[in-house]
Amino acid sequence: MKTLVQNIEALSQRVGRDVKLMEVCGTHTMAAFRSGLRQLLPGCVHLVSGPGCPVCVTDPSYLDAAIDLCGRPGVIVATFGDLVRVPGTDSSLERERAAGASVRIVYSPSDALILARECPSKQVVFLGVGFETTVPTVAWAIWRAARDDLKNFSVLCAHKTMPRAMDALVRDKAINIDGFICPGHVSVITGAHIYRFICERYRIPCVVSGFEAWDILKSIELLLRQLAEGRAQVENEYSRSVSEHGNAAAQRLMNEVFEPCDTAWRGIGMIEGSGLAIREQYAGFDAVKVLGVQFPKAHVNPLCNCGSVLRGVASPLDCQLFGRPCSPAHPIGPCMVSGEGVCAAYYKYERIAA
Amino acid sequence: MCLAVPARIVELHNSTATISVEGALREVDVSLINEPRLGDFVLIHAGFAIHRWEQSEIEELEAIRAATDLREAIT
Amino acid sequence: MRRDRILLAHGGGGSLTRELIEGSFLTQLGNPLLKPLDDSAMLVMGGKGYAFTTDSYVVKPYVFPGGDIGRLAVCGTTNDLAVMGAQPLWLSLSFILEEGLLLADLQKIVESIRTTVAETGVQIVTGDTKVVERGKCEGLYINTAGLGRLVTPDRLGAANVKPGDAVIINGWIGEHGVAVMSRREGVAFQTSIVSDCAPLWPLVKTILNTGAQIRAMRDPTRGGVAAALCDIARASNVGIRLHEEVLPISREVRGACDLLGLDPLTIANEGKVLVFCRATDVARALAAMKEHPLGREARVIGEVSEKPRGMVLLRTVIGGERIIDMPTGEDLPRIC
Repeated sequence: MKTLVQNIEALSQRVGRDVKLMEVCGTHTMAAFRSGLRQLLPGCVHLVSGPGCPVCVTDPSYLDAAIDLCGRPGVIVATFGDLVRVPGTDSSLERERAAGASVRIVYSPSDALILARECPSKQVVFLGVGFETTVPTVAWAIWRAARDDLKNFSVLCAHKTMPRAMDALVRDKAINIDGFICPGHVSVITGAHIYRFICERYRIPCVVSGFEAWDILKSIELLLRQLAEGRAQVENEYSRSVSEHGNAAAQRLMNEVFEPCDTAWRGIGMIEGSGLAIREQYAGFDAVKVLGVQFPKAHVNPLCNCGSVLRGVASPLDCQLFGRPCSPAHPIGPCMVSGEGVCAAYYKYERIAA
Repeated sequence: MCLAVPARIVELHNSTATISVEGALREVDVSLINEPRLGDFVLIHAGFAIHRWEQSEIEELEAIRAATDLREAIT
Repeated sequence: MRRDRILLAHGGGGSLTRELIEGSFLTQLGNPLLKPLDDSAMLVMGGKGYAFTTDSYVVKPYVFPGGDIGRLAVCGTTNDLAVMGAQPLWLSLSFILEEGLLLADLQKIVESIRTTVAETGVQIVTGDTKVVERGKCEGLYINTAGLGRLVTPDRLGAANVKPGDAVIINGWIGEHGVAVMSRREGVAFQTSIVSDCAPLWPLVKTILNTGAQIRAMRDPTRGGVAAALCDIARASNVGIRLHEEVLPISREVRGACDLLGLDPLTIANEGKVLVFCRATDVARALAAMKEHPLGREARVIGEVSEKPRGMVLLRTVIGGERIIDMPTGEDLPRIC
């Protein structure tokens, strides 16, 4: 560990300027904060968080739609725990549950399927949020529901994919990324090759990283070495779990059930081809079609800086609402309530170091 | 965006398996991985195994943990 | 966002619970005896010092590996007396029973109360029974109130802790919460972990008898070690620093927490006590604790400093540092 830190120090001096490394994945954000590794980095290496928190980048109108759904008679909303405390325009699933709405927290999309089987007279709507790591599991649930001809299961889909978003971040002039720490578990599914275009098109080095503190530090070392040597390649630090081409079975299932679409990312705006929509032949499991879901324009607190924070152009500490009144107990924006939100990370783990 | 946990397969059913994370047991789906075997180490996310680890890969993780001096348990 | 209803998190022992108490209860009901919000209130009667406390038990399921609601109801309340330095003497016992509860099941709980009472030496001196309609509670709820006599002239309390003090814990953490969760419907995981539910007075008495200068003790129940330490740091206006590599977290608890996406530091314990002790008395206190069955794994897990005031920090295994924050109150399973 000491050698790693020393190498990083030495390499950062070789590079000779401030560098901005973006870790895209929310789980990396949390791992970096929880392990305390940020304090071991030299001052010229800046670790910036990207929009890799699926909860944080979900449009607020989706939360409002989910809140509306759980109030409908005969509907049970099944969701990962991550979404329960996220504020919509004026309520949250947590508050709705307290007021009597049917909100069920599940560990797995397969649990939502079981729920649908156990409650045939109810419509079970699963909130499909998450990146490529999670998408195959939801695809499986839809595929299985189709195979078993289940009539009371659907998914409200807000799934997103990484590559186009990373492309949009690089092209955003305000951000200036020198290197990417690429998502680890997304890459287990997709394979490391999906980042090649960033190196080829923009000459920005990419390292796929694991989640131990050692992995993240190693990845930073690899990125700095590339910068010092003027290279821009995809390196796979997480080779124990990630291969070049990923999990073929999972990808097949994803492609069977979902197709790319344009979608809005909170804070970034519309990114072409970065979302996933349920294919026409599985329309019977698309909650939008089955239940006629609308997405009215949501109201967002104008002082909430989540958008800039998600793009890596502002720090949570720059937000006027940070700490007071926005805190994990009373979040105003998703970056504070999400288990991987960077505002939550700053507040919970580092607010005095600032 | 992805909490995933290494676990060992302790029982195999058809498309599901019982996995153990240091003794904590859960049922997960194994449809997304190839030819799971009893005793295999797999990566679990949202109730599904998404990757099967080879012995060398497990050893790599153990080496990293040792390098970090992380006490896995004080038993 | 509308904040007009009680949420489950308000009962979690974390920041929302604290807000409810300070915002809704203390403002209307506060008085000098209530304000410290210690585990028990300190009263003086007939020139002698007593501790008085109450707790309600709504654990679900009411029977779990390592115990049941009956044992919990006796241990939880007597422990709240013990950590204030009071020998538990008398308990009240109130039942709220659900219509339809099997008498045989109730008998088992009563039997459990009997054996735990015998273990602790307290007497149940008054009680009450109510029955509510089927569906209005889950099997049964219990409330106990307890009175104990202070055995130490020194006042123990959350506001008493000083920079330089050591933080000691008597053993493995996270066991009770994990054991209970494993039996909850809809959670679907199995574990060999059993609740650590136990009466702490005998261990506390041993510590107090050494003459070591003890500033405060606290049993880290709901909200876990994190909530307990955050409360104390705030009340004493000190900083507390823990060392990750010595935290007594077993493999099994870590595995269960990894599986569920939870933090062992926020999980309830029912047989653990945090002891804040003057630094020069640590060896004495530890030696005494290790002689006792509930203290064999006792160790120093951190120290108190002047700064950062009101905060709890963790020195991580890789040599970094992060805050241990007050949990909000509900442990939600996550995929991210």
